[in-house]
Amino acid sequence: MTALSARELIMDIPDRADGVPLNLDIRPGQVWGVLGPNGAGKTTLLHTLAGLRRPRSGEVLLDGESLRRQRRRRVARALAVIFQDRLDGFPATVLETVLIGRHPWLAPWDLETAEDVRLAREALARLELSELEARLVNTLSGGERQRVAIATALAQTPELWLADEPTNHLDLRHQVEVMELLHGQAQSGNAVFLCLHDLNLAARWCDHLLLLYPDGQACWGPAADMLVPDALERLYDQPLARAEVDGAPVFVPAGAGPMPSANPQTHGRTP
Amino acid sequence: MAGADSQLGPVAARVPGVRAPLLAPLLGLTLLAVLSVAVAVAFGSVALSPAELHAVFTGTGEPLHRTLVLELRAPRAFAAFGVGGLLAVAGALMQVLLRNPLADPYVLGLSGGAAVGALASMLAGLGAGIVSGSAFAGAMFSTLLVFGLAHGTGSWTPTRLLLTGVVVASGWSALITFMLAVGPTEQLPGMLYWLMGDLSYAGSPWPTLIALALACLLALPLGRSLNVLARGPLQAAALGVPVRALEWGIYVGASLITALAVTTAGSIGFVGLVVPHMLRLVLGNDQRLILPAAALAGGALLTLADTLARIVIAPEQLPVGVITALLGVPTFLYLLYRSR
Repeated sequence: MTALSARELIMDIPDRADGVPLNLDIRPGQVWGVLGPNGAGKTTLLHTLAGLRRPRSGEVLLDGESLRRQRRRRVARALAVIFQDRLDGFPATVLETVLIGRHPWLAPWDLETAEDVRLAREALARLELSELEARLVNTLSGGERQRVAIATALAQTPELWLADEPTNHLDLRHQVEVMELLHGQAQSGNAVFLCLHDLNLAARWCDHLLLLYPDGQACWGPAADMLVPDALERLYDQPLARAEVDGAPVFVPAGAGPMPSANPQTHGRTP
Repeated sequence: MAGADSQLGPVAARVPGVRAPLLAPLLGLTLLAVLSVAVAVAFGSVALSPAELHAVFTGTGEPLHRTLVLELRAPRAFAAFGVGGLLAVAGALMQVLLRNPLADPYVLGLSGGAAVGALASMLAGLGAGIVSGSAFAGAMFSTLLVFGLAHGTGSWTPTRLLLTGVVVASGWSALITFMLAVGPTEQLPGMLYWLMGDLSYAGSPWPTLIALALACLLALPLGRSLNVLARGPLQAAALGVPVRALEWGIYVGASLITALAVTTAGSIGFVGLVVPHMLRLVLGNDQRLILPAAALAGGALLTLADTLARIVIAPEQLPVGVITALLGVPTFLYLLYRSR
């Protein structure tokens, strides 16, 4: 099975000190989460691991072989990337958009086969998008567009998932659905690497965490070792309170925040 | 183009992976292309009936008709077809490269460079062959200039390329105006015809037709990669597309075929912008369909426009660019109006 490793990896972020070189092994069956404040370099790390950005030093290995020396098409068969931003300059339908996930599997003269269309439709069904199949992607809501991007990666049938904020724009139920899908991918032997903003999603679904500090410092390891209030408070520069719900740790901002007024002026119906 | 009443219709009906729906519009456009060439050789100062045309092509027609069709009208009709097809394909490619549906083959200043080259050698009183040569040289010079400047210290974004192209183009147009202002009066009509685009001096149609066939053959296997590239360079790279090489290829290829078209017939406007855009409105955005469709529709449009240019004020001729704009503007506005 396919594993992705970083060896003495230092990301190339302009005007930033080298910080700690990363030595990660993202193995089949694992769900990694990257946590960090805005601008810590989460997206840059994800792009560097995907081979889309040159590191300052060190290297990324796919199956023990340098990513840069492998053909992009071969890499694309093993590794899918879900981006935070998407360009829909030319309108295309939802089905057409999901079908581009089959691109690395097709030779230049090939047209998509019935099997490719079946895989795309399956991915659409998995993300509850079947009804939107013929809609143009630029007419979708933010959350629907996000699910189309995840369906595209699903149609790509990768063994490694690199996802940048996969729960962006999603409502609560779809956030859970998507995290379940990614977790399920790991359970069936694939590897998943996520940038996340939501500490609690990370605490519930990730088995490994990487904390990325804005100055280039970083620490990583099994989730249980990383979910220490001290480290997380330093990471976000925000006091946190920890509780346990359904057997998973939950973190909420503590202290300092404005307290709800004792006599709130409610408008409309009270719950 | 009746499908324009619903933008969703044709897109939704075309399930990728099934060949027939891809072929149907191409067959229709091929028919249109053949018809356009037939009309072009039949009409002119002397109109020929279908029977007379048939006689000419089977070798039994009157000698006058044979000369008229085989030596005058057919080469010009095929040259028009080649030029129109090249411009439309180049426009479709530039639109993908710049990820901007409003790009055209001239957006990077290519026609301005060609025009400066051509007009300068006209002013110098040089022959048609040298005018063509310097138009080609001017086009390639402008292409390299824009690319070099936009490339700058390494970043190469569509916006930067577009802005550089627009600014360089306005520089060329100042030079063109200057040359028109200082040029001798008797040379002005020739210069203006060149600027509007004119097929009278097109010469042999073969270079453009061969280039068009080559462009389609090269572009077709790249079509799906172009579809992916339209989603942005990062997404394309993540799906296994060699983005740098592909972008370079489009840039160089589209510039070469535009330069060839401009060299053959002057800077004919509108075909490169409007034809791919109209096709996108009607057929969707699959480049595997759009590129050959653009070759056929662009060729047919320019062939018909050139026929009109020959007969509207016969025996005088209009620059064909006037006709493409007069036909293209309302058609385009109508499609745009109906699409939303």
